[in-house]
Amino acid sequence: MSYKMHVLVCGGTGCRASNSLGIIAKLEEALKENNLAGEVQVIATGCFGFCEQGPIVKIMPDNTFYTRVTPNDAAEIVKEHIIKGRKVERLLYKDPKQQASVSDSRHMGFYQKQLRVALRNCGFIDPENIEEYISRDGYAALAKCVSEMTPQEVVNEIKLSGLRGRGGGGFPTGLKWEFASKYQSDQKYVVCNADEGDPGAFMDRSIMEGDPHSVIEAMAICGYSIGASKGLVYIRAEYPLAIQRLKIALQQAREYGLLGEGILGSDFSFSIELRYGAGAFVCGEETALIHSMEGARGEPTMKPPFPAEAGYLNRPTNVNNVETLANIPVIITKGANWFNKIGTERSKGTKVFALAGKINNVGLIEVPMGTTLREVIYEIGGGIKHGKRFKAVQTGGPSGGCLTEKHLDVPIDFDNLLASGSMMGSGGMIVMDEDDCMVAVAKFYLDFTVEESCGKCTPCRVGNKRLYEILDKISRGNGEMEDIDRLRNLGKVIKDTALCGLGQTSPNPVLSTLDNFLDEYLVHINARKCPAGRCKELLSYVIDPQLCIGCTLCMRTCPTEAIIGERKVPHTIDTDKCIKCGTCVEKCKFKAISVR
Amino acid sequence: MTTITLSKCTIDSLIEICAKHGNQTGELINILHEAQGQLGYLPREVQEVIAKQLNIPVSRVYGVVTFYSFFTMTPKGKHPISVCMGTACYVRGSEKVLDEFKRRLNVNVGDVTPDGRFSLGSLRCVGACGLAPVALVGDKVYGRVTVADVDKILKEYDDKE
Amino acid sequence: MEQTIKLQIDHHEVEVPKGTSILDAARGTGIHVPSLCYMNLQDMCISNLPASCRICVVEVEGRRNLAPACATRCEEGMKVRTTTARVMNAQRTVLELILSDHPTDCLVCPKSGNCDLQAMAVRLKIRDIPFKGERSNHVKESSPSIIRDMSKCIYCRRCEMMCNKVQTVGALTAVNRGFGATISPAFGQPLSESECTYCGQCVAVCPVGALTENDQSNRLLDDLANPAKTVIVQTAPAVRAALGEEFDLPAGTAVTGKMVAALREMGFDKVFDTDFAADLTIMEEGSELLDRLTRFLGGDKRVALPILTSCCPAWVNFFEHYFPDILDIPSSARSPQQMFGSIAKSWWARQAGVKREDLVVVSIMPCLAKKYECARDEFKVDGDPDVNYSLTTRELASLIKRYNIDFNALPDADFDNPMGESTGAGVIFGTSGGVMEAALRTAYELHTGKTLENVNFESVRGMKGIKKATVDLGGFELKIGIAHGLGNARTLLEEIREKRSEYHAIEIMACPGGCIGGGGQPLHHGDSARLKARSNALYAEDAGKKSRKSHENPYIIHLYEEFLGKPIGEKAHHLLHTSYFNKSKEIIEQ
Repeated sequence: MSYKMHVLVCGGTGCRASNSLGIIAKLEEALKENNLAGEVQVIATGCFGFCEQGPIVKIMPDNTFYTRVTPNDAAEIVKEHIIKGRKVERLLYKDPKQQASVSDSRHMGFYQKQLRVALRNCGFIDPENIEEYISRDGYAALAKCVSEMTPQEVVNEIKLSGLRGRGGGGFPTGLKWEFASKYQSDQKYVVCNADEGDPGAFMDRSIMEGDPHSVIEAMAICGYSIGASKGLVYIRAEYPLAIQRLKIALQQAREYGLLGEGILGSDFSFSIELRYGAGAFVCGEETALIHSMEGARGEPTMKPPFPAEAGYLNRPTNVNNVETLANIPVIITKGANWFNKIGTERSKGTKVFALAGKINNVGLIEVPMGTTLREVIYEIGGGIKHGKRFKAVQTGGPSGGCLTEKHLDVPIDFDNLLASGSMMGSGGMIVMDEDDCMVAVAKFYLDFTVEESCGKCTPCRVGNKRLYEILDKISRGNGEMEDIDRLRNLGKVIKDTALCGLGQTSPNPVLSTLDNFLDEYLVHINARKCPAGRCKELLSYVIDPQLCIGCTLCMRTCPTEAIIGERKVPHTIDTDKCIKCGTCVEKCKFKAISVR
Repeated sequence: MTTITLSKCTIDSLIEICAKHGNQTGELINILHEAQGQLGYLPREVQEVIAKQLNIPVSRVYGVVTFYSFFTMTPKGKHPISVCMGTACYVRGSEKVLDEFKRRLNVNVGDVTPDGRFSLGSLRCVGACGLAPVALVGDKVYGRVTVADVDKILKEYDDKE
Repeated sequence: MEQTIKLQIDHHEVEVPKGTSILDAARGTGIHVPSLCYMNLQDMCISNLPASCRICVVEVEGRRNLAPACATRCEEGMKVRTTTARVMNAQRTVLELILSDHPTDCLVCPKSGNCDLQAMAVRLKIRDIPFKGERSNHVKESSPSIIRDMSKCIYCRRCEMMCNKVQTVGALTAVNRGFGATISPAFGQPLSESECTYCGQCVAVCPVGALTENDQSNRLLDDLANPAKTVIVQTAPAVRAALGEEFDLPAGTAVTGKMVAALREMGFDKVFDTDFAADLTIMEEGSELLDRLTRFLGGDKRVALPILTSCCPAWVNFFEHYFPDILDIPSSARSPQQMFGSIAKSWWARQAGVKREDLVVVSIMPCLAKKYECARDEFKVDGDPDVNYSLTTRELASLIKRYNIDFNALPDADFDNPMGESTGAGVIFGTSGGVMEAALRTAYELHTGKTLENVNFESVRGMKGIKKATVDLGGFELKIGIAHGLGNARTLLEEIREKRSEYHAIEIMACPGGCIGGGGQPLHHGDSARLKARSNALYAEDAGKKSRKSHENPYIIHLYEEFLGKPIGEKAHHLLHTSYFNKSKEIIEQ
């Protein structure tokens, strides 16, 4: 049966949270009523990436892109668009600059600068149907490997592609495979690190939700090249949808003989099992991940020995993250020389970023390495929300740093970000505006690191705690000038002495904000003020009697009844009761309430 | 002899979970996931039974349970509330939302209200960054939550027993 | 041929075998890189290498960050610098961090003067702790043997390694994470509610004051000062081989005579020897062995074999917790400490005309489990313990100092009689293999009726974790096994449980090396040569003894004739034997 039209509805976690499943039900209902069920197919896909405007509904073949759809819109989409061929104008994406509706996704700024390699299938296929993956060249790479290539040739191809690990470190993937292939053992393991822990990055989950077979295929290819017959996916238990889709995909792959004994008529056998993470950021570090898979506390151990020599159950083990793996099948099918033409000299291919924060187009994007931050933030991201001023962009999550205006034209790649005092990390990209306080941001990340440190080594266990405490002291207006040196020296020593990648990078948010926003620290210390108005202890809320007309709106919304006053008479704030939540500022239509 | 008492059906289901995973120590985390999935939390007695089945010291189990933030030894409230403290939600003000929940419920993060109706937690990124700041009550996701919304959200559960 | 590697450390050209760590290479060249969490008891194959304290960091040319010298292998052509400004700043800062989460009550800490952290602070000349902030706050907890004060813990993980990897007890584990991480029994329960055997190996390796013995010194001071009390003391064999270390004598100096003199100076009414009770133990345990063997050879298949020694209280605790299904296997003989107490408060007390309630029996032991053992209910008569309390070698040393005694200047003195007389067999109880060797000397002669010419059973000596030997007992091939360290014991126990044990008799000591490496001994600070030296001291004392077979001890012969009757007879059974309890956890359905 062939359909003449497809309605793609985003089934990713973000859109599901705003009831995209309800839209699917209503769409199917409307199609049935109009006897179109046989001609138009509704598909729940993976993430489209444009989360800001979710839930997304896309009509194929014309690429019409509807945003913020509700179940109540379903009937209209069917009646107008599908039956009468007229686009539903009010649901089309409106370009904030031109204030005009954009008829299809190919003309949206959000997608124009993107190049989707790892996300090539996300938002295009039904992740629960292996046929759709196969129809887009799925498993062709695996077939090519087992029938036409030797394991060494596969390793060579990956080496030649220049692919580097997307999980954080940026280690050359081909080299890693080569190490694992060199060690002899009765059993080797391929591990997929799907324990995405960076708060604010969700590309790995989106890939597993939207294109699980690409990960499975890549793991099998890796198994073939290093001589492993067992694969393990270490996945966050907090990702129920990804787990479910992965399970379905594994089942289908087994049924199709793409996993199991003698794959595609070769003598290569490969199977995959799931292991669940249980909420520990440090398990993104590969030795910690391996200990966790062995049922132990996820504490890192010294390398060497590297997992390639002695990993899971002491056997040679290759650990790659989800996004890295998602690149593998295309590299094999299109060739290393296709892949290594994308990107910069030392960072090949594309990178997926979770763009979030004070930006218009929050979402998941994929750009060629070498794209500048400015292009990402202003062209793809559509600029800063509410027309505020750009202040900083944080990349690399808790291991990264804050970059500023002066870094906007730096082409993004592993080495440039490192040289700018941040890092690629797993691809979180949080945009901050003039209302964000850099001391508070550094404190936020340190709070995270302190909570997630395994505690094994002194610099991370105690050092990060002390860093946090000094930041906290400054944010409360109790800082001293010596604290700046203290932060700098301590940060440097932690980086120099911590046992694993978590500790070695944890001071980056502090050190980079000290480098780029020293003035802001000094104002906190010397003037006891928070210029961005974020550090609660340094703020007071004041109502300007000249501007207040006594409308009582703020009074009614104040959660602590801290605002007093009569109707039509300027109100005042009881500072003892005020919890500085900011609700009144948001509600006041006359800008009468200010933060000092 | 120290005795550990637990209901028969709980013991039976724990033994079954362990057996399903071959009573293998390497499967400890998967076993704990399943046990918590069934029982809601992992009290001491449950850990003792699992240790016995896997033939490992109970300290080993406890060490693992206290390492991972997903595992809990106290039961959650009837309506578990989680506020996302991922970076995207944080810069869009989730800290204030969390503070408001704390204030309204008069509990700290990780605690349960005395009547057992709500428990409050924070989590790191549910991946709905487009909806930031996000809060969850049970499986229900609330997006673009403001301090003023907290009251409304809590009221939704007023009549739900 | 062993492959070697050439590298440069601080301008020294060094050549070391492949696989050597930078730390060992540096120390071999006279560069003493400081370290804290690292510990290596080479002869015992025990090492702690978490690479977590980060004190031993060094600079390696071409490396992005500093390398922990303990866990970084030397590589060809490596250039290592151990004292650059960067290294010294890092070391100091890391130490300041540790100290910022450590109570600074050194003056009143039980570990003061013997603490690795304190020594490190002195060495790196820390004069101020720039970091103020939250400190780990844990409640101090005490059991009969061990005091845990985790606010002093530096998370070196040595105790956890000992408890889990070496002893396989699993009472202690790392719990929580981050700043809240600490070492604790499950559920934060007290040790007394865990599977802890009180072997004290955690205390023996703790570099700071987090794990210490439950000190009974003050109780002894009171008793010694009380004229109404008759206070007598027994000293275990391993004590004399190690006590001298506390007075700066070289490890392996036997100080038996000075120890006796010191105890007499302190005011004990009688200074007796646990070795006497060790001889008595051999009479009972050896007879039990022969009895079981005779019945077995006579065709009785119900006889529980192999027979296991039972002198080590930590070992007794271990099988009560983990092997309650084979409680009939160990010998029922009490430990020498308890045999002494039992005989002292019955036979000797009557002889000396001292009422039981006025008699205080104190033991000096290399052991922490002995503190627990003397508090066990089985060893009390109407609530009065046979041994009132037990002190460690370390506690004795500090008491000698408090009594203003110039230990090294003391003349040698002899134990009192009758319970101070012992044979060489009793002396070697203090080292792994000693009990078995002593038992063989007696069992051979009792079984064959012949004189044993060569009393040295070399095959049961040494530091190997599990030793095995076959001894010709007049035509019968007696197979014996010896294990020290509870992990090794577990291996043998599991063989028994699975009915594939080849042995007739097994000696087990909970501590690596036997009692010479006990949890109450002077701290070895990671130097396993000390343990070997102690062991040699005991063998030397044995070799110098007039009599080296327990059954030749004239006072033991006299004790049986006058009071006990026959070994494993009714009276002996009542006074010198015990029974064991199931301490495992049982799951009960509600």
